[in-house]
Amino acid sequence: MREVDRRSQYSRRIFLQGAATAVPVVAAVGAVAIEDAWAADATALAPATLKTMVKVARDIYPHDFLVDSYYITAVRPWDGKAAADPAVKAMLEDGVRRLDQDAKDRHKLNYVQVPWEADRVALLQGIEQTSFFKTLRGDLVVSLYNQEALWPKFGYEGSSAEHGGYIKRGFNDIDWLPKV
Amino acid sequence: MAKFDLNDDGVVVIVGSGAGGGTLGNELAQKGVNVVILEAGPRTEIQDFVNNEWESFTQLAWTDMRTTSGSWRVAKDFANLPAWIVKSVGGSTVHWAGASLRFDEHEFRTKSTYGNLPGANLLDWPVTLSEMQPWYVKAEDKMGVTRTNNIPGLPGNNNFKVMEAGARKLGYKEVHTGRMAINSEPRDGRGSCQQIGFCFQGCKSGAKWSTLYTEIPKGEATGNLEVRPGCMALKIEHDANGKVTAVIYADEVGKTQRQKARIVAVAGNSIESPRLLLNSASNMYSDGLANSSGQVGRNYMRHMTGSVYAAFEKSVHMYRGTTMAGIIRDEARHDPSRGFLGGYEMETLSLGLPFMAAFLNPGAWGRPFTSAMEQYPRMAGMWLVGEDMPQETNRITLDPTAKDKFGIPVASVHYDDHPNDVAMRNHAYRQGAAVYEAIGATVTYPTTPYPSTHNMGTNRMSAKPRDGVVNKFGQSHDIKNLFVSDGSQFTSGAACNPTLTIVALAIRQADHIAGAMQRKDI
Repeated sequence: MREVDRRSQYSRRIFLQGAATAVPVVAAVGAVAIEDAWAADATALAPATLKTMVKVARDIYPHDFLVDSYYITAVRPWDGKAAADPAVKAMLEDGVRRLDQDAKDRHKLNYVQVPWEADRVALLQGIEQTSFFKTLRGDLVVSLYNQEALWPKFGYEGSSAEHGGYIKRGFNDIDWLPKV
Repeated sequence: MAKFDLNDDGVVVIVGSGAGGGTLGNELAQKGVNVVILEAGPRTEIQDFVNNEWESFTQLAWTDMRTTSGSWRVAKDFANLPAWIVKSVGGSTVHWAGASLRFDEHEFRTKSTYGNLPGANLLDWPVTLSEMQPWYVKAEDKMGVTRTNNIPGLPGNNNFKVMEAGARKLGYKEVHTGRMAINSEPRDGRGSCQQIGFCFQGCKSGAKWSTLYTEIPKGEATGNLEVRPGCMALKIEHDANGKVTAVIYADEVGKTQRQKARIVAVAGNSIESPRLLLNSASNMYSDGLANSSGQVGRNYMRHMTGSVYAAFEKSVHMYRGTTMAGIIRDEARHDPSRGFLGGYEMETLSLGLPFMAAFLNPGAWGRPFTSAMEQYPRMAGMWLVGEDMPQETNRITLDPTAKDKFGIPVASVHYDDHPNDVAMRNHAYRQGAAVYEAIGATVTYPTTPYPSTHNMGTNRMSAKPRDGVVNKFGQSHDIKNLFVSDGSQFTSGAACNPTLTIVALAIRQADHIAGAMQRKDI
């Protein structure tokens, strides 16, 4: 079968060993640097607000093989929307403030500092019915998964017509089915 | 290409250019009848289609405001998107999957076969399968349906092979790559399927039948058909005798126009068609046109639907190739011993990653959801589609407050599952999961119904005027020069996909209309 994500060619153990020394580390370092820069560029929202929203985005749709840059790409447009609409700005700032307050009440920490995902998820469950959470999640399900750059990581190949479809590219190449 | 005058009162005006309207328009044009098709959407051609789910959705989908109510989950998750249908020339034949099945005999006679079922407004069709057979033959030939007319079936893709293996293991017998209006070999000036996937986003190769590039250009070539894109019908007018005389519409620039008509045929899909009839209410017809029975907008059907996705240890890549070329028909029979009336089909289905995220479990988040998403390359998927019960209270009404940009009340769609629908869905979820588990699925995902793609029944056919809106030719009982030409004519929904039956009815209706015009009956 023609595979899409080359990582599936390797066992997880080998992948992790490789990751400790090779390119992925460099990529991760780069992503961290980008993260600091992008939040400082915000015009309407405080950098801390945006960074909290990125953490919330990862906690809503956690994919451990995705670096932060995908979540940043998904969340960054909110700064522009906040700049264009004071109601959006207030909704986001109030939402993050409430989340941080809940985190302080329970853990004496801001949301992003709460160390375990399970504890942060419990905080998100507490605000699940707020328009902040619903709006963020409803946008994120498109703004995250509609990024073409992450499709190969999910084994999805996107547009195919310009490649002549799959008629010669594996539409029927499955080779592991039991004989019936 | 023809261009008819707004004051030409000899034309047949058809509202909508999809399976019903587009076919009717071409068939009439071929018979020398002058036709104007008003299409609300733009003319989006093959070269414009994009292999990108959200971008295509923005390009093709009917996203004008609608409202919803009822216990169906769509009303909660997609409150303003009750249906996923197309607003573009070709209508929903642009994004349909191509499955082209005939009704079974009993599916035209649900009242006789199923008897009295509380809550269900069952009624026999005024036509029978034997009466429809010759029209099905013509429709299959027109559309180039595989496994008819000596046309070979499509080759099975990975998603089909998984479903087929599981189905055989389970003992299912009628399992194949479907009767599909998608060319498996070149035919009718169109090439064969290139296994592109993205059948729902408009077929980039033109292998799939769509009125956009078959019926409509053929009709236009006769010089008897004019298609006006971007023209939204607002109201149908009538004279003092009650006969319809014209259609008021907003043209491409939003200017109101009046196209006179000898005959009006409504084919705007089962949500817009009753909306137009209801919005055309007058002093003479205070409840809307063709509505003396009170059935306009009622008996809205959307099929019992649902999906089952399953994850395996190894890759499937279900999105490669024809989306719906795969079917298990064994459960389509009527067999009340299963605990419900009617039957259902199991058909291969895949979504791209973006739509999988949106539709796998709307609103869900956290690890259970992302764990499922990470199975994407190893997933197989099927759609469950079966007969849902017509209910008078499932209906299209005019929203009391929401209006469109022309100031016209929008359609409000109410739907509650009938207990029979729920029992059938639960059975289908079990059987769908069993198919995949039979060959080693590690997990299965019973997936909630999507916004409706099959919309039916809201201007139902009936033998007696008091029971329905139109007669056996889709001609309204109340107004003899007013016709309904889409799936809203359906008296009941059957288990199978509706398009072939819509096309067969449209061919038959064209024959009826042309004959009546020639005899000066209309």
